[in-house]
Amino acid sequence: MADESNAPDRRALTVLAWLWVGAPLCYGLYELVLKARQLFAG
Amino acid sequence: MSPPVAPPGWSRWLVPPAALSVHLSIGQAYAWSVFKPPLESALRLSGTQSALPFQLGIVMLGLSAAFGGTLVERNGPRWAMTVALVCFSSGFLLSALGAASEQYWLIVLGYGFVGGIGLGIGYISPVSTLIKWFPDRPGMATGIAIMGFGGGALIASPWSAQMLQSFGSDHSGIALAFLVHGLSYAVFMSLGVLLVRVPRTEKPVASGPSAFEGVQVSARDALRTPQFWCLWIVLCMNVTAGIGILEKAAPMITDFFAGTSAPVSVSAAAGFVALLSAANMAGRIGWSSTSDLIGRKNIYRVYLGVGALMYLLIASFGDSSKPLFILCALVILSFYGGGFATIPAYLKDLFGAYQVGAIHGRLLTAWSTAGVLGPLIVNWIADHQKGAGKHGASLYGLSFVIMIGLLVVGLVANELVRPVHPRHHIPAPKEAADGRREQRA
Repeated sequence: MADESNAPDRRALTVLAWLWVGAPLCYGLYELVLKARQLFAG
Repeated sequence: MSPPVAPPGWSRWLVPPAALSVHLSIGQAYAWSVFKPPLESALRLSGTQSALPFQLGIVMLGLSAAFGGTLVERNGPRWAMTVALVCFSSGFLLSALGAASEQYWLIVLGYGFVGGIGLGIGYISPVSTLIKWFPDRPGMATGIAIMGFGGGALIASPWSAQMLQSFGSDHSGIALAFLVHGLSYAVFMSLGVLLVRVPRTEKPVASGPSAFEGVQVSARDALRTPQFWCLWIVLCMNVTAGIGILEKAAPMITDFFAGTSAPVSVSAAAGFVALLSAANMAGRIGWSSTSDLIGRKNIYRVYLGVGALMYLLIASFGDSSKPLFILCALVILSFYGGGFATIPAYLKDLFGAYQVGAIHGRLLTAWSTAGVLGPLIVNWIADHQKGAGKHGASLYGLSFVIMIGLLVVGLVANELVRPVHPRHHIPAPKEAADGRREQRA
């Protein structure tokens, strides 16, 4: 079995993967907040 | 296709974004309504006709999750995500062709039938894998993915609307929007296909129990247990109660406060719907993660018991206090989302991780049933009450009483859940060998 200590560092890949899904989700949440504010404005 | 096994040192935190890339995409289904008005004017369709692609998509979601679950378990998550990517994206491409050539049946076939298969296979694709990577926190892991399904509509709704505004709402503009959706989702979902890995089984992926320890029951045997059908009732009742509010949220809040000194405007009602979506999404990750701490049976006691109490509060005092009405509706919707997200972990607790994806797929038929039942109850009763000359909050009083009854039925079903009888367990390799020796002796 391959030695785990020699395994490549995948921190950059993990950050990139989370940004890939996190960025559009943040856009969706931002649009949601704009819409939800109408409840308290009107 | 053999399941892709993780190389040494593969981080389990790469699996949730892989799952999210699929769920955030297929969650677009709940934003279908954005396409309805342009389709109706461009192709001269009725409201019922323009809803067909979505309805067929949801039917296909339930059917493909129920019948494709075993294939997903056999071929692994990468195969399932690839099927989901191809079906969901080609569904949009077929729809683009349908809109460009003004052939509406192609949009129904593409988005509804082909895309619907992508919805079902995509929905269950990461569940089993996440549970195997996070045996210590299965509720949180599946909560992240299933939260994505709620989040998908939040992204798609403004994005699709902006696209239609730029391309135009005629048939060629809709075709271009469908084309861009198909291509964009193919690229976005490819992250899941490339990143997803199953854990190596010889080594635990986290401290604590392995996903393969304890009870293991096959999908075929799970259907023969009362536990499966109890959970089917629990999910069906919880979803029906949530849909009861979600489906008519905007007219409901407007009707409730129509005769008061503080009536709710159309834009404020739209804000209320948006807030419910946020509660639905937050409930998926929040309550599902809480279930890892307090246990699955207890969290469903909260969803169903406190949910019934919230309905009782709305029915009794909802029209006298707007904050109370909003708060109760938000709690109910958070339980609705939580119910969806916690069910895979509940199934894992009862039947083990062996074929949990396939069992989950079969259980989703409860969702399809609730999807018909919830709106039917609320709409039929509201129409009936309106016909009888009633108005305001009294249009919904009977619906709420029925919802309380359904939640109590779910609560009883949850109380009846016991550990699965050992005769349904798959024997461990050593036990099976001992059994064979005893038979030979």
